[in-house]
Amino acid sequence: MNKIVLIVKREYLTRVRKKAFIIMTLIGPILFAAFLIIPAWLATVEDKEEKIIAVIEYSDKDTPVPDSLKQFFDVLTNKDNLKFEYIGYTSLEVLKSTLEHSKYFGILHIPHNVINSEVVELYTKREPSLNMEMHITKSLEKYIHNVKLRKLNIPVEVLNTVRTNIKLKTIKLEKGKYEEKDLKNLRRGVGYAAGFLIYFYIFFFGAQVMRGVIEEKTNRIVELIVSSVRPFQLMMGKIVGIGLLGLTQFVAWIILTFAIVTIAQEVLLEKNSIQNARKITPESIIDAKPVTQQHSKADNKVAEFEGILNKIKGIDFIVMISIFIFYFLGGYILYGSLFAAIGSVVDSETDTQQFMLPVTIPLIISIFVMINAFMNPSGKIAVWFSIIPLTSPIVMMARIPFDVPLTEVITSMVILVLTFLGTTWFAGKIYKTGILMYGKKVNYREIWKWLRYKI
Amino acid sequence: MDIFKANNIEKHFGNTIALNEVSINVPEGSIYGLLGPNGAGKTTLLRIINQILAPDKGELFFFNRKLKSDDIFQIGYLPEERGLYKKMKVGEQALYLAQLKGVPKKEALKKLKYWFEKFEIQTWWNKKIEELSKGMQQKIQFIITILHGPALIIFDEPFSGFDPINTSLLKKEVLSLRDKGATIIFSTHDMASVEELCDHITLINKSKTILEGKINDIRNTYKSNTFEIGYKGSPEKVKSLPAGDFELVGHMIEDNTNYARIKVNKSLKKNELLALLIPEIQITSFRELLPNMNEIFIKVVEKYQDITN
Repeated sequence: MNKIVLIVKREYLTRVRKKAFIIMTLIGPILFAAFLIIPAWLATVEDKEEKIIAVIEYSDKDTPVPDSLKQFFDVLTNKDNLKFEYIGYTSLEVLKSTLEHSKYFGILHIPHNVINSEVVELYTKREPSLNMEMHITKSLEKYIHNVKLRKLNIPVEVLNTVRTNIKLKTIKLEKGKYEEKDLKNLRRGVGYAAGFLIYFYIFFFGAQVMRGVIEEKTNRIVELIVSSVRPFQLMMGKIVGIGLLGLTQFVAWIILTFAIVTIAQEVLLEKNSIQNARKITPESIIDAKPVTQQHSKADNKVAEFEGILNKIKGIDFIVMISIFIFYFLGGYILYGSLFAAIGSVVDSETDTQQFMLPVTIPLIISIFVMINAFMNPSGKIAVWFSIIPLTSPIVMMARIPFDVPLTEVITSMVILVLTFLGTTWFAGKIYKTGILMYGKKVNYREIWKWLRYKI
Repeated sequence: MDIFKANNIEKHFGNTIALNEVSINVPEGSIYGLLGPNGAGKTTLLRIINQILAPDKGELFFFNRKLKSDDIFQIGYLPEERGLYKKMKVGEQALYLAQLKGVPKKEALKKLKYWFEKFEIQTWWNKKIEELSKGMQQKIQFIITILHGPALIIFDEPFSGFDPINTSLLKKEVLSLRDKGATIIFSTHDMASVEELCDHITLINKSKTILEGKINDIRNTYKSNTFEIGYKGSPEKVKSLPAGDFELVGHMIEDNTNYARIKVNKSLKKNELLALLIPEIQITSFRELLPNMNEIFIKVVEKYQDITN
């Protein structure tokens, strides 16, 4: 036992100090954080430059409306770096011809028949941003919408009360449990992430186990080591050491990603979010909705959000995480031992091809079945593949969020344990013979012979 | 006392037989040569002694009791296929391998310090193995093999890859280890070093023991009753010895002295040769020519081949 600890320590320490590992561990979170932060940051940074839009309104075909008579005055409010200036008495043609050298970024032309035609024109020096377009259209839409209502003599209050917005909540009735769709998506996401994590982990670190075995063989150190420890101890020490290495990387990634995102949010996004919060007030005043109504809507949202939070808390995370760890380790040990066996029968990594195929195929199938299982978590394919041990670690992760019958989980787990005991034994046998075999091209028939050797 | 005994060891790999009824008895404090052509089964036997492989049949004894798994702490093994982790530092690696042999860390450090000083290689401690030359790596391997103070040390082709200076340095170390009480099993093709170092040998061919015993006894067994006589005087006298009982197999002159090699009929005593020659020539030296191990090796293996064919 003591020796396995020594081996695990060596396998772990020599790898954890490698430059490539440290770089991967640091770059990973930066990439993940960038994925999360950059889109949000870009959205806020994009419009640092002040852009002024000249707004011109026509009362009939040819006459620009003077300031006093402007119907759309104050409809377009300034937002962030986007400013609007209302111009009377100047014709569109004049403005267009002088735009190039003016302070304006663009000209918004509101034609006289806009209420009916619902078309406005924006002339700009450069491509306008999506935010700018959205702000203009939303503001005008809201205003024109209210104008139309007034024409029909419908008070906004009435409209707000009759406005209906159906939200479909799907609830599965089963043994007194219920589940809503929002939560279902959340669970789906959790299962998906867990399945992919296991897939990635098995592939990446399983291959490291294989490479480690090949390294020991090509370095010719293996015979020296197995004269001190049992080959099985060496194999398991390697699998465990590299497993811990992977675990370290994942934990580091999660912590670092979280830290970077938090810091980046503080630095990059905080200012803007405060500005946005202030902006809400004047906008909502302009919007003619009664104050009480607004409050209740906001309250609804808060309540809804709290509801989701409570439901998240409602997922039995301890059970989820324990099951995840179980399949994570079970799958890794199962495949890790197979990878070790492959490493032991070859002399170099280029010879691994023919043996890799039977190991990678079930992994790739797992991913396809997992995606299928999200659509139909209790379908026949999903159920069977979550019990077959070579695919169960990944496929079961997709099913677990959807209340899998306990008997199926236990069956799957028991089979996985039995199988990894079997594969480690089987791999150990191949490994014992393989590591001492040099310069021999090994094929499946040869391995079959080894399995019958008494070592 | 025999430190190690293997009785009627049999080992199969599938349908091929690697060892067939092989027995060895290694006396304590001896240097025991394990000889044999390539593929004879030597490495398999060494792996069985190191418990890397288990025999199909037969028994193994260490200090007169059955070999048990803890005994590997008292055995040092330098395999023929040997190497080290290339990317690992010398000191760290030696420490790791010593710990695997059951030496506590502190003690291992102390012992490593002693050996690194003895070989004057302290500056290598923080170097990676790949930065060392092959000969340097071999030295490290030698230290690793003996660091845990094993009672039985097994060297499989220990001198391959060494230059003559390092070879003699290592031979000296091997002999001093033996003098300090260790027993050494020594597998090699280099018959000169067998004659130089070994007390006992076993010769394995095609998975069977074909020769075993003390090296001097074996050489005596295979001697051909040939004597070399150094003399001054006329070679005619020597050449005219009775043909039926004596055969002149060689003659040369060196430094004004004649050397004649004479094969004597087994029924005669060497004194009779002397009695015939003393009146005729002035004898300066007289010695029996024992066959060297190389000749014995070839002779025995070829003879065995003839029998099995």
